[in-house]
Amino acid sequence: MAENILEIKGLSAGLANEGEEILHGIDLQVGKGETHVLMGPNGAGKSTLGNVIMGSPVYKVSKGQILLEGGEITKDSVDARAKKGIFLSFQNPLEVPGLSMEAFLRNAIREKTGKPVKIFQFKKKIEETLKLLDMDASYVERDLNVGFSGGEKKKAEIFQLLLLEPKLAILDETDSGLDVDAVRTVSKGIEIFRQNGGTLLIITHSTRILDALTVDHTHVLVDGRIVKHGDGTLVDEINRGGYAKYIG
Amino acid sequence: MAEIRKDAPIDISEDANRELLNDVERGLYDFKDEEREEDFYKVDEGLTEEIVRQISEEKHDPEWMLEFRLKSLKIYHELKVPDWGPPIDGLNMDQIVTYVRSKTGMKGSWEEVPEDIKNAFEKLGIPQAEREALAGVGAQYDSELVYHNVRKDVEEQGVVYTDMESALTGKYAEMVREHFMKLVPPTDHKFAALHGAVWSGGSFVYVPPGTKVDIPLQSYFRLNAPGAGQFEHTLIIVDEGADVHFIEGCSAPKYNVANLHAGCVELFVGKNAHLRYSTIENWSKNMYNLNTKRAICEEGGTIEWISGSFGSHVSYLYPTSVLKGDHSHAEFTGITFAGKGQNLDTGAKMIHLGKNTSSFIDTKSVCKSGGISTYRSSVEIRRQAEGAKASVNCGSLMLDSISRSDTVPAMDIRTDKADVGHEAKIGRISDEAVFYMMSRGISEAEARAMIVSGFANPVSKELPLEYAAEMNNLIKLEMEMG
Repeated sequence: MAENILEIKGLSAGLANEGEEILHGIDLQVGKGETHVLMGPNGAGKSTLGNVIMGSPVYKVSKGQILLEGGEITKDSVDARAKKGIFLSFQNPLEVPGLSMEAFLRNAIREKTGKPVKIFQFKKKIEETLKLLDMDASYVERDLNVGFSGGEKKKAEIFQLLLLEPKLAILDETDSGLDVDAVRTVSKGIEIFRQNGGTLLIITHSTRILDALTVDHTHVLVDGRIVKHGDGTLVDEINRGGYAKYIG
Repeated sequence: MAEIRKDAPIDISEDANRELLNDVERGLYDFKDEEREEDFYKVDEGLTEEIVRQISEEKHDPEWMLEFRLKSLKIYHELKVPDWGPPIDGLNMDQIVTYVRSKTGMKGSWEEVPEDIKNAFEKLGIPQAEREALAGVGAQYDSELVYHNVRKDVEEQGVVYTDMESALTGKYAEMVREHFMKLVPPTDHKFAALHGAVWSGGSFVYVPPGTKVDIPLQSYFRLNAPGAGQFEHTLIIVDEGADVHFIEGCSAPKYNVANLHAGCVELFVGKNAHLRYSTIENWSKNMYNLNTKRAICEEGGTIEWISGSFGSHVSYLYPTSVLKGDHSHAEFTGITFAGKGQNLDTGAKMIHLGKNTSSFIDTKSVCKSGGISTYRSSVEIRRQAEGAKASVNCGSLMLDSISRSDTVPAMDIRTDKADVGHEAKIGRISDEAVFYMMSRGISEAEARAMIVSGFANPVSKELPLEYAAEMNNLIKLEMEMG
């Protein structure tokens, strides 16, 4: 058993401005270097779990703990969690007019490392990563996500993932609404991240990007509870039978 | 039409309360020099005919200018203080020393400028800018130009860049007389009249026909005496087919006594000429900035305004473009940042007289910590201005729920043969955008500052690099302040 990078103990959470719970006592362990898939029907709370792990202020944790590499982060600020190595790719990445992706990432790396970014090194890394993902150089010059198509946004998220090199990447519905080309880029990026020792928690209700991946563990989330843990074959089983047997 | 986008960082629908950022001492720009009182000449406080005559004599005005000043003073006493904008009752003209002048005369080289004055400019980056091959520096200390240098190559092109005082009596005296306060007459409003009476300092630029000046001409001035008003006059004449970029940057130290700035800028753009006029104003937070700027374009002429308004307690600022000639064109790109205790009323005015004229206004305003920002514009298309096109685009960003942003866009269109568009957006920074940026390791304060800088980007990208950097620093500074 690999050392746990993420450990969630009895986690309950709901919207910060409403009392109602969405997640009810989640337990989850993610080992270092593993690839986990969190599946479940729409509205099960999958995205909520991803957001709560990242520390979104929209949600409030009412019970339980989140640990990263054994240290509790349940009360950490979002940027503190990011600095400790968590990355969340967004379902709908936000647009920031007037801010180029390059400037954004340079700031992010500077804040993460606490040191000024060495421009030459940074540029070289950008170039290499773009090449790896077969992405156009204009991506980094354009304003962050502004006017990007759905597929471009997802590719840009994967590009950021490879550049920021987190320990744990939570990918939220990364494959929804993607064309074949974008699926290829995203799958490739995920594979590279994995090969470099990265740990993945992939949140999805479809399974297209999983085709190319070896999945270590699968968790099925229904109505805010994990109802089934399994290995990679559970993905295939759900592909065939859907969630019917886990609901109600 | 207001446009609402869900994934934009500026959230239009939500009305979230948010924490105010901590009050940070504004140290970088509010510096003040230790001065030797005896080096300075001051007139009595308050405004009388005696004072105006004294100013005129001190400045060795030609006779017509003395008459002009006295006429303006009369108009000043007749006109009422404007009552349609932010309150200016904190301003008591009887308490304002209208004219403070360093005894130092004009200097041709940096080495000859006295040390204390030099120190103030060092902090403002004048010598660096000089080194960076800018065409000329006319830096105004209090009311008088103390340093002025036009690079040789620009001079050889026949370009005249000098202080207003020398221009009054020099080779171009007649040209100055023909244009001085013809575009902004003293009857325009009370503070234009005041300006006509007590104006002092400023720059005169003349670009001869067909001359293209490749590097920007720049002037940097600021206020530096307690209770002193500044009334500099800028007169720029760009002759037929000529092209020039003029940059004016201002910053002023902080004082307790109410300060008044009532400058005047007159820009004459000739046939097929092109003038870009860029300003970054950064006044101390007790300043009443009642500045009047106006341009007139002949046939095919173009005026471009780039304007960054920071600081001041109260501002009234609406650069006006008079599109007199057919096919003339005006663009105004501006940003205003209103923080704590500030009430900034800014915008632009476009007057279409000629046929097929076009104007474009793009403004951004940011307010926080209770600051009030009002966008006020006027687009007039006269009956004869057939084929005119005008577009107004204003965006406001409110950084908290105690600040205020108003939009007052007036339009007066007298012909059916015109094409007019208007778009206004008022919004807040969305929590979702901040969360997104923080999830990449950026702190909340930095995320907000980056969003605001991005919002201001349409303005900063129009500025030369060093000014854009200064503007970004100013935005950061304003964001950090309470």
